[in-house]
Amino acid sequence: MNINEVPQDPRNIKPGDKLKKLVYAVDKDGKYTGVNSVGWEAENVVIKQAWDDIDEHLAETEAKVKAGTLSPLPYFMQKNLMDLALLARYAGKWQWQVKRHFKPAVFNKLSPAMHDKYAQIFNITTAELTGFGKNNS
Amino acid sequence: MSNTPYVHHQHAHCESGVTSNLLAHEGINISEPMAFGIGAGLFFGHLPMLKVSGIPGTTYRTWPGAIFKRVAQRLNVTIHSERFNSPDKAMQALDAVLATGKPVGILGSVFYLPYLPEAFRFHFNAHNLVSYGKQDGEYLISDPIMEDVTRIAPADLIKSRFAKGVPEPKGFMYYVTSTSRDMDMAKAIQQGIRQTCFFMLSPPLPWFGNKAIFLLANRISEYPKKLEPRKAALYLGNVVRMQEEIGTGGAGFRYIYAAFLQEAGQLLKRDDLLDFSARLTAIGDDWRHFAYSAARILKARQSDIVSYDELSDLLRKCGAEEKELFQKLRKLKW
Repeated sequence: MNINEVPQDPRNIKPGDKLKKLVYAVDKDGKYTGVNSVGWEAENVVIKQAWDDIDEHLAETEAKVKAGTLSPLPYFMQKNLMDLALLARYAGKWQWQVKRHFKPAVFNKLSPAMHDKYAQIFNITTAELTGFGKNNS
Repeated sequence: MSNTPYVHHQHAHCESGVTSNLLAHEGINISEPMAFGIGAGLFFGHLPMLKVSGIPGTTYRTWPGAIFKRVAQRLNVTIHSERFNSPDKAMQALDAVLATGKPVGILGSVFYLPYLPEAFRFHFNAHNLVSYGKQDGEYLISDPIMEDVTRIAPADLIKSRFAKGVPEPKGFMYYVTSTSRDMDMAKAIQQGIRQTCFFMLSPPLPWFGNKAIFLLANRISEYPKKLEPRKAALYLGNVVRMQEEIGTGGAGFRYIYAAFLQEAGQLLKRDDLLDFSARLTAIGDDWRHFAYSAARILKARQSDIVSYDELSDLLRKCGAEEKELFQKLRKLKW
């Protein structure tokens, strides 16, 4: 890649993103040098694809929470880009236990301490966690 | 010992960047490509059975931690590295070293670093950064992929250093304890190149080294036959992300390695290394062409078999060219 071929395609995927990363390219004498790049279309397409997939799943889960078929837990799990294994690791529980907490009836009966723990993992307040998907939100 | 102020330099890749910056602070000036080459950072691996968030893992570089360790060994630099079980102890240890004025390399999760653009913040637990001091209760941070230095609150740094998942950083930190005047660059370069050739050509397993490029090529041509379109697109997109997303310097580290071969050729006055560099640059361009073509297919949302077959052929071309290059590089007389 020549210096004048270093792409400058802004990412525009998430707000406030100004990072100009460094890539290596050769100048007209064939000498390597570091050049800043605001992004590359090909790279932006695949980053956006990954986020779109997350957003799609998140919207599906949100609908299920609001319909009362899932507890708020899987919503915040996905929002924090976690899977069941990772959330279980953070919570210090087995995966089957966390999976049980996806059921609204089980989730609602959890101890306040457990609610606090989940809220802490997601960096939100306990009220934000337990109140999600209820009428007022 | 070190009262010199820490100087931040932006680099393409986190670990080779941290290596270069930490050594520069000790008066050893090696560029990022040099650190990457001596540390034998270049690699390829495709593990269909090891799924990350449900997607097969692909890597264009060696495993985390290897580059810094190898560079230190090859340049007679002694280092101290440590893991911790408790966040309190890990932060105390960090503070103690920072108090002596020494910059410290830190391993952490990208997800918990608020100063990074959100688009890049996934649960990637093997990011390297440097802390070079503490001010107003915040840590001064030099993250090599950033243009400038930044700061982080202790609570965020703790979360990042003690992120869970695979791998777990467990507060891993490292710093230079002493350097030696007795440094043989020629030998270090030779060892780095030999190791890279070994890792590219010798693994007898299909998932590692040059062989894995062909494995991935075969898999990609099967994606539209075996997977639903959405999954095929996600699998393919991930390959391109690993190749071009932040930190590879372009073409999945192939350009950084070509820059290393060029610098080594100039330093050792060897035209053959310069030739290898130019050839790898051309191969890097082929990798970029693969990424560009893949993104075009993904954007057009057409996942017909022909286009995936074409991509597979582009990848095989990269694999064949690299195979020839590393076979010749391995036979180099020193």
